[in-house]
Amino acid sequence: MPAALILYCVGALLALAILAAGIARRRVATPIIYGTSLVVTLAILTVVLSELLAGAQPSSITLPLGLPWIGAHFRLDALSAFFLAVVSLGAAAASLFALGYGRHESEPARVLPFFPAFLAAMNLVVLADDAFTFLLSWEFMSLTSWALVVAHHHNRDNLRAGYIYLLMASFGTLMLLFTFGMLAGPDGGYAFATIREASRSPELAALVLAFVLIGTGSKAGLVPLHVWLPLAHPAAPSHVSALMSGVMTKVAVYAFIRIVFDLLGPPEWWWSMVVLALGGITAVLGVLYALMQHDLKRLLAYHTVENIGIIFIGLGLALAFQANGLGWAAALALTAALFHVFNHSLFKSLLFFGSGAVLTSTGERDMEHLGGLIRFMPQTAFVFLVGSAAISALPPLNGFVSEWMTFQAIFLSPELPQWGLRLLIPAIGAMLALSAALAAACFVKAFGVSFLGRPRSAAAERARETDSFSLAAMFAFAGLCLVAGVLPGFVIDGLSPVTQSLIGDHMPMQAARPFLSITPAIQSHNSYSGLLIFIFVTIAASLGAYFIRSFASHKVRRSPAWDCGFPDTSPVTQYTAGSFAQPIRRVFGTMIFHAREHVAMPRPGDTQPARFSVTLRDLVWDVFYAPIGVAVSFAATRFNHLQFLTIRRYLGLVFFALVFLLLVLAVWQ
Amino acid sequence: MIAAIAAQTLQMLLVVLLAPLLAGLVRKTKARLLRRRGPPLIQPYRDLLRLLRKEVVLAENASWLFRAAPYLIFAVIWVAAVLVPTFAIGLPFSVAADLIAIVALVGSARFLLALAGLDVGTSFGGIGSSREVMIASLAEPAMLMIIFALALIAGTTQLSVITQFMLSPEVGLRVSLALALIGLIIVAIAENARIPVDNPATHLELTMVHEAMVLEYSGRHLAMIEMAAALKLVLYISLIACIFVPWGIAASGASAAALAIGLAAYIGKLALGGVLLAVFEVTIAKMRVFRVPEFLGAALMLALLATLLRLVSRGF
Amino acid sequence: MAGLAFDISHLLAGGLVLVSFMLLYQDRMIGLINVFALHALVLALSVAWQANIQDAPHLYITAAIALFFKGLIIPLTLRRIVRRLEIHRTIETVVGIGPTMLVGMGLVALSMVVMLHVTAQEALLVREDMAFALSVVLLGLLMMVSRRNAVGQVIGFMSIENGLVLAATGARGMPLVVEISVAFSILIAFIVIGIFLFRIRERFDTVDVHALDSFRGDRQ
Repeated sequence: MPAALILYCVGALLALAILAAGIARRRVATPIIYGTSLVVTLAILTVVLSELLAGAQPSSITLPLGLPWIGAHFRLDALSAFFLAVVSLGAAAASLFALGYGRHESEPARVLPFFPAFLAAMNLVVLADDAFTFLLSWEFMSLTSWALVVAHHHNRDNLRAGYIYLLMASFGTLMLLFTFGMLAGPDGGYAFATIREASRSPELAALVLAFVLIGTGSKAGLVPLHVWLPLAHPAAPSHVSALMSGVMTKVAVYAFIRIVFDLLGPPEWWWSMVVLALGGITAVLGVLYALMQHDLKRLLAYHTVENIGIIFIGLGLALAFQANGLGWAAALALTAALFHVFNHSLFKSLLFFGSGAVLTSTGERDMEHLGGLIRFMPQTAFVFLVGSAAISALPPLNGFVSEWMTFQAIFLSPELPQWGLRLLIPAIGAMLALSAALAAACFVKAFGVSFLGRPRSAAAERARETDSFSLAAMFAFAGLCLVAGVLPGFVIDGLSPVTQSLIGDHMPMQAARPFLSITPAIQSHNSYSGLLIFIFVTIAASLGAYFIRSFASHKVRRSPAWDCGFPDTSPVTQYTAGSFAQPIRRVFGTMIFHAREHVAMPRPGDTQPARFSVTLRDLVWDVFYAPIGVAVSFAATRFNHLQFLTIRRYLGLVFFALVFLLLVLAVWQ
Repeated sequence: MIAAIAAQTLQMLLVVLLAPLLAGLVRKTKARLLRRRGPPLIQPYRDLLRLLRKEVVLAENASWLFRAAPYLIFAVIWVAAVLVPTFAIGLPFSVAADLIAIVALVGSARFLLALAGLDVGTSFGGIGSSREVMIASLAEPAMLMIIFALALIAGTTQLSVITQFMLSPEVGLRVSLALALIGLIIVAIAENARIPVDNPATHLELTMVHEAMVLEYSGRHLAMIEMAAALKLVLYISLIACIFVPWGIAASGASAAALAIGLAAYIGKLALGGVLLAVFEVTIAKMRVFRVPEFLGAALMLALLATLLRLVSRGF
Repeated sequence: MAGLAFDISHLLAGGLVLVSFMLLYQDRMIGLINVFALHALVLALSVAWQANIQDAPHLYITAAIALFFKGLIIPLTLRRIVRRLEIHRTIETVVGIGPTMLVGMGLVALSMVVMLHVTAQEALLVREDMAFALSVVLLGLLMMVSRRNAVGQVIGFMSIENGLVLAATGARGMPLVVEISVAFSILIAFIVIGIFLFRIRERFDTVDVHALDSFRGDRQ
């Protein structure tokens, strides 16, 4: 029954997409489309939350669509319910944001039809219960998001971004096609229920894991398959960027969890080493890339890569514990990963909404042209600050809770018997700690250079606060960040049916603990209470303010900033994004990005200015993708000769192909 | 119950009252070692009162964040300092946060301070903030790896339980503990902006990190920030004392006599820590800025080595 | 052999690994020589403690030799060489200090894994001391490989020998004769190297081994 309800809502979204194609040119189209999608996604959210909290049985439904002997299976169980909640929450917020943001859209006909279709596709991927439906919805999701990425097609960078996105998405779908082919086996049982029952050899399972990692990892953004993400996510309109970063990457994580934890059967211990290593490298490289950016949206997109790395670290730990039969530890690691999925969708969407607000207000995405926005856009600045603090894992907000739980899972690693894991996990812990510290640095830079200081351009000086719909969406998510940080026990209890269904164990019930603190395991003494920390900090700040108010002078005087006797009236003299990142670039970037600084000094007596330039090389691109590009063009030039053969040669090709196939047939018998 | 609440309140007041005294002790000892008379021990209290009475001079484009940050920074560091066991363990609020949360609270204070440095839009603030986040990007991982090593040795990250474990006879002299101690001392020096990482008494832009971020602050705001810096020093010395020198600390629910012994022991440890810090600062020169990442990288390596040894064999 | 004695041997052996890391960390010549003297001191303490708990008085002589020769004579001589050759510079490394220490970490992990598997039958103290000793040897080799300066390479060579002494005392099989002959040969090798350093400096005005490459005959 609930599955049918959600399918009706998805149908409504598809109908909305078709409607939008018709009326997109009218002014009234924007509020109608976004308003209706807001209502529909809220409906889905309600259905799913009641499902999750009631802990009901999985419900499935089969539609007579698609392939005649399979039909289309849809199923709503605990895992799908959780991810549908994440998807609908992000979609609802994006629709609310777009009610205000969409008014400034220059090409509504290219955005409005595809937005509800994108939402519908994501819901279908999470609901799908057989391989055919899954792959069809996955491709639909890629295509609709591609259409949204190239919506502003007058910009050549957007076209290139869309092209690379399409390549990587097709490659990912190909890998998933192989995955499901191998999972279904020679009998062709494509329904997930059949795949779950089937048994397979360890070599086949390992091969499936490799293909799943590549296929879903390319959509989620694992290094080295992440290259499309920082190009495509910023190119789309801001509410779509929020959806792609905050929600679509999570759909890819859902696909990974569904296939590896649910369909593939009991894991081997060494699978976790691969996942952990990939997660750790992704986390560190993602945040280092983010630190080198000065485009606000690209910084946020690279940062998504880092958070996907953290999620995969949690998933790898869960695999390791599960393979060794430590169900309670696996439950902790999996809950940490899922909590981070929820948290990231909240704060990354919030940050993208903020950057969208800045973009409409100033027309600038480049931080080097922003600054001082806290005076002109105070409310946007406040929610962006909350989002930055949440993503930097500062207590008592929600980012800290999932990071705390991941660290607690890492501290359980002495329970693991395998040497490889014992040596790898401290290194992964160090990488996680490094990425967390660098993330805080990244967001001090992002918030500080964009919102604080003095305006660096006329566009920044002309900024005005955004409309109330955008602000409402942002404040709602900021409030959710605080609530999830202060009352994490409820979220953990909400996740227990999900981990129970996947690995057969769950974290201890948190709701009854003293002071609403959370604890990782029954026998552990470790605990953390977000509520108490929040109350303490509030009380301490109030006590301090009261003491100051009673005993200190109240006088305040405004004066120019202290300038050491050399007044610099130009705002260009303040720190830029590049100069803020320079110490970190020098420490980490010299080796990883080949960061080199060049100073071109003019000759004495020359009146030209000196020029300072920084060159960075993207090693992943140079090592992996540039050679592939070279090889493909080489092969293409070679095969070009096939265009110019004579008729006799063409006939010869057909003849030889036929003979070859007959030979193969003969040998096979 | 009442006794526990009273002990907790005493700890809250104690750290706030002792922090300027500790700063005064460090300054006095350094001066004596340099053959100067030095300011009196209570001079920091006088400095704070003087700052409170002065007016605040704000830059023209300073925002609400600049004005609110000192209060928040002070509040966060105070909460973190209260959660570290000083003269007694097992106090009622200690369930709120374990060692990771305490380190993250200190990180929040640093986040706010770095933002306040960028707020006015001068080069000094920028240089302070950018260097501070570079130092933090290595000090925090080192600290987390030290916590990892301690969690492997003691089996928990809750400070009261770690202290109890260290007091028990089964702990012995472990190599990993020695490595963790050296790492923690290096991280504490970096976090508190002490020589050789940063000079707390300088105002030359080549050598400033912490002072550059707070350059624009004056009056009562500056008083709160200086108080927060002194509290942070108390926090770190209490942390090192309760983990590595835990003798004398009162158990939970102990008698008044045991609490008095714990109090005396704690004040003695603080004094000893302050004197050792002063001696260390006088004997060593400040490092070049880009030598600091190598210094902190060494702390990270030591902590990593400690965890590695611990995972390899329980005997380490 | 339980409890405190165990822990102190471990502490001293671990301390030797720590001082090897400090050797990798140094970037000034005088600092390097001082830390090397500390290396010899910790080795002497460790060997003396082993003499105490193994009841092997001839190890006291080993400790005294280590302290006297490698803790006093060799550092003093190196200081004189450095002053005579006027190389008070910083030591350049092939890769930065951070990556060098990361590789050092990997080497320690490697020696842990290898030694603890190879010596599976021995007592726990012996196995872990062997693991530490192999770490010191590998870190000394890393120092020789990653320093551009001849004096740095000499000190790396000396620290390898310290690691070997640690291994030998830990294995409870170090007769005095072996120690004296090894120490003697190291001393001779050191004197020869010192003479060569002077000659190289006189001829080529530098002891940077990278610069010496350009004088090789078969380079184009």
